[in-house]
Formats: sequence, structure tokens, C-alpha cells
Amino acid sequence: MSIQSLDPRVTRAHIEENTQEGMQEPLDQLQTYEVFQQKKRGTHHQHVGSVHAPTAELAIVFAKEQYARRGVCVNLWVVKTSDIFITEYEDEDIFSTTPDKYHRDPESYKVMDRIKAYKEKQLQQS
Amino acid sequence: MYGNAYVETDGKQVNSLVADEDPVKLAEFEARIAAGEKIEPMDWMPKEYRRQLIRMIEQHAHSEIIGALPEGTWITRAPGFRRKLALMAKVQDEVGHGQLLYSACETLGKSREDMINDLITGKSKYSNVFNYPAVTWADSAVIAWLIDAGAIINQLTNSKGSYGPYCRALDRICAEESFHLKYGHDNVVFLATGTPKQRQMVQEALNRWWPPIMHFFGPSDKASVHTETLMRWKVKMASNDDMRQQFLNMYVPKIWDLGLIIPDPLLKKDETTGKWSYTEPDWEVFKQVINGNGPCNKERLAVRRMAEEKGRWVRRAILGENARYVAPLS
Repeated sequence: MSIQSLDPRVTRAHIEENTQEGMQEPLDQLQTYEVFQQKKRGTHHQHVGSVHAPTAELAIVFAKEQYARRGVCVNLWVVKTSDIFITEYEDEDIFSTTPDKYHRDPESYKVMDRIKAYKEKQLQQS
Repeated sequence: MYGNAYVETDGKQVNSLVADEDPVKLAEFEARIAAGEKIEPMDWMPKEYRRQLIRMIEQHAHSEIIGALPEGTWITRAPGFRRKLALMAKVQDEVGHGQLLYSACETLGKSREDMINDLITGKSKYSNVFNYPAVTWADSAVIAWLIDAGAIINQLTNSKGSYGPYCRALDRICAEESFHLKYGHDNVVFLATGTPKQRQMVQEALNRWWPPIMHFFGPSDKASVHTETLMRWKVKMASNDDMRQQFLNMYVPKIWDLGLIIPDPLLKKDETTGKWSYTEPDWEVFKQVINGNGPCNKERLAVRRMAEEKGRWVRRAILGENARYVAPLS
């Protein structure tokens, strides 16, 4: 029996009530792309999420519909999720020494005391 | 737009929930959540945390996709061009929300194909309200105002949860839904302040939708160790009754303000406790509808199956060579 609906479009489509149609196979929902959005010229692109798409060109179309629906956007990038290399959170200690490297910190270079001492010494000698 | 997630509290004891989990990792995980940190897809998580989140986010995603159907019914017959444009934009938003949520759920390890199969075979649920028809234009107005209002309460609550990808999707969704609420309110106000016929239409729509709205947040949560654990893990953020109270408190005065009658003679606010009392919704009806016997369950799933079936050859034809599915990163 086909579906009778309040929605005339549904009735007209003559959809069978009990079928096995529509069952999904792998890649029926396409592949994934990660989306990067630039909100304003001069700023970095930022990761905003992902889309499912068959090709990069269509991924851009879907990304526009999905992530540039509101507010401003001047540019989008998409890249296949499978092309992204990532670090593991388990290895996050590889970043832990970063704040300890004082030799790269401009504040760790203090020369004024030495200059002052040098000048005083010069004065005493003259 | 969304109803509540029906978190499974099937009498399991907390010991069995986490019995075979590494106690050290479990303690670290719980400490991280207690400290307000978000859990990300690659982090260790208890199996039960993953299972409940998949269930919840998946139901939420299905609700967005199926929820587009009752409202979509009125796009072709919307009264006036501006309302037609607005309704199209709203329905498109809902479908987009489904996409965001499916992606969030995929980060937990369930493919989109599996989710859609579980939807069309009836294994996964979606919000029960979408098994009811939008009989007139006024129904679509009541849905856009009050169902979206309920959805926003639920989504704002859940956006404070612990799973990063779900929270990020909800933040984006809540921002978009504020227009839905305004649009729905505008439509209801227009009818309620219009001709006697228009007032009658909106009153009848409210009569039809009140019981599903009261069902919307789900039955009272059973106090159980399971519920307690899900709350501690910030999977469940508020009790169903608390969200229902919040909804009544925010929207009953606005409905009464329009001179509309809410079809529940027991509905009133206790001014000392601030709590609303109401006729207990018929949970037997709720169970019947959720299990497939509502007025539109068959139609909703049949339409979804048709869309998947008829669209397949197009998706196949345009799929790039060497296509490879990888779950979204975050």
C-alpha cells in the first residue's frame, strides 16, 4: 500500500509503506573533508568542522551551506580528512618543555644591571 | 530542533557499567570532567560513556532530519513569499544541524551509513513529536515556536556537557535556532491577533500539540546509580522534569498573554515554590508512539527510505575515484 499523506507531495510520490529500500552500503554517505574558514581578510583560516562530499569541489559547495550560512566569511578551504596527519593526545608531553626554554624568552635577557655596574666602575676609575 | 535523548536507564548497576574499565584511567577521566575539561575523540573514555553518547547524539541527528518533514510540508503552501523564504531557511537549517550532529557522532566510531540504517529500520529513535502531523499552517507556527523553544532549552543545557565535538555542534546549532524561535513566535502572534478564524486555527493547533509538547522532555528520570553516573560524566546535564519546568516557566505566560487556552485545567504555578503543577502526561500513549504506532511513524521512515534509495545513483555517479571514508577529526 502506498503512503497517503497530508502532504500532497508525499502522496504523489507513491511511496510503498513496507520495503527494504534505502539500506546503506559503505561510501553511500561519501567521504569526509575537513573545513577551514577565514572570516576576514588578514586573519588565519580556522578549522570549523567537516562535511561529507564526493569531491573537493562539492565539499566546498557543502561547506558554504554548512559553515557560511550566518555571519561573515571571505574564504574556505577543504581538505580530505584522510590526508591530515595528527599528533596523539597521549603524546602531549612533547609540548611540555616549551615554556621552560628561557633562552628563547626575551624577558630572560637582562643586561641593565650589568651595564649599570660597568658604568659605575668606569666612573670610579676616572 | 530536538527532543530529549532517551537515556537508557535499564536497571544496570554502576559496578557493571565500569566493571572492566582500567581504574587508573577511569579516575583520570572523571577528574578531567570534574575540572571542566572537554573530552576529545582520541581520548580514552569508558565504553558506557561512548555508548550513551552515540545513542544520544544519533537520536538528536535523526530528530533534525525527520523534524524537517512535518514543517517542510508547509513550504509549498506557506501564506506569502516572506514566510515561504523563512520556512525554507529554517528547514534547511534543521537539515544542516543533522549533518553537524552526524559528524559529531561519527567521531565516536559509528559510521553515518550505520546510523541511517538504524534509523530506517526503526532501531534508532528520534524525537517523538515528529510522529505527529502538521495539519494546518497554524501547526507549523506552533512547532516553530514551542517545539523549537523546548529544543533550545535542551540544547543549551547539553552544550555544557563534557564531549567536545557535541558541545561545538550545539553551540553552532543554538546560535542558528534563535531565528527559528522568533519566526515561530511571529507566526503565532500574527494568527492569535488576527481574525476569529485565524485565532481558532492557532487555538486548535495548540490543542493538538500540547500533549506532545508535554511529552517532549520525556518521563521523569528514575533516580538510579546509572543516572547519577551519567550526570557525573556530564552526559546528562539536567533531569527531564527540570527542563519541563523551565519550559513551562518561560512559555506558559507568553501563551496566556495571547489569550490562548492551554488544554490542561490543572496547569498552574505555585507561587511559593515557583514550580508548575500539571496533569501528568499519558506515558502509555508516549510509549505507543515511540514504538512505531503514532500517526506518522510509517510515513516519516518511508519518506526517508525513498530519499536514500532515489538519491543513491547520483551519489555513486559523482563519488571521486579512490574515495576513502575516515571519521571526522573533531
